[in-house]
Amino acid sequence: MSFISVQNIVFSYSDDDGVSAKNAVNGLSIDIEKGEFIALLGHNGCGKSTVAKHLNAMLLPDSGKVFVDGDDTSDEEKTYDIRKKVGLVLQNPDNQLVASIVEEDVAFGPENLGVPPEEIRKRVDEALKIVDMYEYRTNAPFKLSGGQKQRVAIAGILAMQPECIVLDEPTAMLDPNGRDEVLSTLLKLNKEKNMTVVLITHYMDEAVLADRVAVMDEGKILTQGKPREVFSQVELLKKHRLDVPQAAELAYRLKGCGISVDSLPLNEEECVALLEEVLK
Amino acid sequence: MIRDVTLGQYYPGKSLVHRLDPRVKIVLLVACIVIIFCTFNYLSLALVTLFTVMCIASSGVPAKFYFKSLKVIITIVVITSVLNLFYGTGDPLWEWGILKITVNGINRAIFVTVRIVCLILISSCLTFTTSPTDLSDALERIMKPLNKIHFPVHEIAMMMSLALRFVPTLIEETDKIMQAQKARVADMESGNIFQRLKALIPILIPLFVSAFRRAYDLATAMECRCYKGGDGRTRMKIIHMSKLDVLAIITAALLICGVVLCNIFLTAVM
Repeated sequence: MSFISVQNIVFSYSDDDGVSAKNAVNGLSIDIEKGEFIALLGHNGCGKSTVAKHLNAMLLPDSGKVFVDGDDTSDEEKTYDIRKKVGLVLQNPDNQLVASIVEEDVAFGPENLGVPPEEIRKRVDEALKIVDMYEYRTNAPFKLSGGQKQRVAIAGILAMQPECIVLDEPTAMLDPNGRDEVLSTLLKLNKEKNMTVVLITHYMDEAVLADRVAVMDEGKILTQGKPREVFSQVELLKKHRLDVPQAAELAYRLKGCGISVDSLPLNEEECVALLEEVLK
Repeated sequence: MIRDVTLGQYYPGKSLVHRLDPRVKIVLLVACIVIIFCTFNYLSLALVTLFTVMCIASSGVPAKFYFKSLKVIITIVVITSVLNLFYGTGDPLWEWGILKITVNGINRAIFVTVRIVCLILISSCLTFTTSPTDLSDALERIMKPLNKIHFPVHEIAMMMSLALRFVPTLIEETDKIMQAQKARVADMESGNIFQRLKALIPILIPLFVSAFRRAYDLATAMECRCYKGGDGRTRMKIIHMSKLDVLAIITAALLICGVVLCNIFLTAVM
């Protein structure tokens, strides 16, 4: 079985009267392998965040199952094991920092796990070095920039030594610099530490960086595959009110004008190369 | 900026007092407050004053910070000392209508003034030299025995430190909301007190809504990081007592002995 296996889950948020609303997740299945960098893409309200919260047992499916490393998330005894294995980083960095000093915040996770003090110290230093925030360890979080705060939040999860890190729109509230900082941290984690990364986003340009992209709409997986495969389905994505990366869009329109375009560019460099080819 | 000022009075440093174990500091502060109010003659009052001056001198915090904290209570000091001046018993030195000043009254006024000033200075010394996190952490450790009678020590300490953590965030937010409402031509600076209070409502409501949203997010984040209360939790920082702490305890013990001896062998002046 895959490291994380989501099997046909259905979930709806019921309101106070117990009347269930529309299903936020509606029969979604996905498998996530160890060491993979997967981007879960979708526009607002398509159920992305709900799926994220299912991956670490914050929410339990109404029907269907989620298995993490072979453990069923609905097994209450395994809840904390699962949360230790799958760390979740939320959107707003301000709301997820617990302590008023960076290193104490990073220590919060391992402290909860009952790790001995010397070991916590080691893990905290290590985690802060990975996200490149070591020299800020004694600062107060509110004096940091958004990107720095989000990296501290990532370090807080890393200090728990998870096997997988799920990020629910981690860059939505950041400026372009902050976004770059967070994304390069994620790539580094995935490539160097072989960490499984699940990046939930609505930015196409971020999804391009992943090994695999899964597109969600109306609580279901619409299509998935390598970024190049997914973004070549421009019409399908457009039909579901989703964008494609600008470079891919340009190639698509060129094709529409009757210019023969054989490759699909996903970033600026590829796009430049393609245009050189076309203009030759 | 406002958020820098309100983040408590902590003055970072590496002085003798800064390096003391926060638990020791808190316990000693409580002991000092008790002993300050057990001074009944001038020698013991002098001892207490000397100890306070010693604390201040070794804290490495600029004197102007202490003056600032005294400024806040100056009216209280003046009022209580004037009241005490006229409430003395015994033969009047000076009389005018129902007002009379006695030797006892003068003594009382001096004692009250010195006691309050010492009290404020020595408590400021604690808050200046101990970070809020250390304070709540130390309180949790000191009150740990209360856990046995099911007093939620850990929860209270956690709430304290979370509240402290969110003070700057919420102040920033208030600032933003005020600006947003001003941009919508909200008038907060004119009118009488009631009109001004009413003008605060459009600021408070969004602030509360956002605070609840933040609290919800924070709870999720804490659960994601395996928070399940105080049981089975370890701490990264180990605080242990050093020689310095022993020295501080001995000094404080000497002070207490001194004051007790003064009280036994000298007659009380009030």
